[in-house]
Amino acid sequence: MAGGPDQKTVLSKNVLQMKFMQRSALRIEKELNEEENKDIDDEHWVLDLPATQKLENNYMFEPSLVRIESLQFGRMSFCGFNPEIEKLMKRHNTKVELDAAEVKEMELSVQEDEMANRYQSLFGTIAKKFSSKRDRGQIEEKFSNSEENPPKSKKHRKFIKPADDD
Amino acid sequence: MVDHVGKVVLPGEIVTGFKASEKTSKVILGPGLRQETETIRATKPGILRHKEPNIYWVDSHQKRYIPVKGDTVLGIVTAKAGDIFRVDVGSSDQASLPYVAFEAATKRNRPDVKVGDIVYCKFVEANKDMEGEVVCIDSSGKSGGLGVIGRDAGYLFQVPINLTRKVLSPDCELFGSLGKNMRYETAVGMNGRIWVKAKTVVETIAITNAICASEYMTNTEIKNMCKRLADSMAGF
Repeated sequence: MAGGPDQKTVLSKNVLQMKFMQRSALRIEKELNEEENKDIDDEHWVLDLPATQKLENNYMFEPSLVRIESLQFGRMSFCGFNPEIEKLMKRHNTKVELDAAEVKEMELSVQEDEMANRYQSLFGTIAKKFSSKRDRGQIEEKFSNSEENPPKSKKHRKFIKPADDD
Repeated sequence: MVDHVGKVVLPGEIVTGFKASEKTSKVILGPGLRQETETIRATKPGILRHKEPNIYWVDSHQKRYIPVKGDTVLGIVTAKAGDIFRVDVGSSDQASLPYVAFEAATKRNRPDVKVGDIVYCKFVEANKDMEGEVVCIDSSGKSGGLGVIGRDAGYLFQVPINLTRKVLSPDCELFGSLGKNMRYETAVGMNGRIWVKAKTVVETIAITNAICASEYMTNTEIKNMCKRLADSMAGF
């Protein structure tokens, strides 16, 4: 053979261009790139310094006063001078109002943990509502901690077979 | 720690006493404040303002406009160059306005914009090292109030930038009280240009004067002025 034992067999360019060879073509290219990068990295001189610490930045920058001061949109029309713009203004205003209402609602509405606390105490009362009359006694038993009602002995109602004499 | 909020700061002054937000422990600095590693310095003369929970900025009287991304401005088309328009927005450099950045404009269907037209546009690119770029559409491709305005009538005038901020703030009642008894439309640019259009020239002048006079007025004074203006317009 023409190639020596250490010479890599190289696929020809024409073969690599074929569709079914695309994957190997990509792989070969990647390998070549890696070799090149390795060469570059080896040649690269680096000062042997300790890594610089990155300071934590507590400041953010907001260049727009429109957002800071929450300014209105600058296009306005009054008394029906330009109906198109008035429609636009209306849309803007309802959006702003909705946002404001949402914020207000967040403030006024019941917080999650508050809700949980309240429901904890209410649990028995509400459970009673959804239970049948038969189960009611059991629920009351569970939630009343008073000494006056000592827990009744549990009596399972069982089907009593009718005595079949004769 | 000195609390500077509400006091006058001068360029170069070190500003301290910031309150960080409890959740993120961050402070938001607006225009007029600059960070130099650990210290914060003011870069504009003005009053230091604070907004809950953690926003600080310097409120100053200013006439020079510095483009900021997201600002809506009133520009004047100065030239057509290839596929962009050059727009004068009153800043140090002109902004570019691509001709496809209009509602319903395509490469074939060019918008009808001429040199000298007033455009109400929005900054999408504002960088101190690069030319600014403005557009006349919103993110959904609609005009949303932007575009060429006032080709047939209207009056454009220049006011200090802090006045445009004042009249656009949600607390200011100038436009609302003027609009109670006058039919007009207006476009306010963050670059200190205001465009007004009313039915008659007299009304336009009255509105212009009212806007210019309102710079140092409180809300009650503004309301009184508008009332008097409406009376005199009606001929009392």
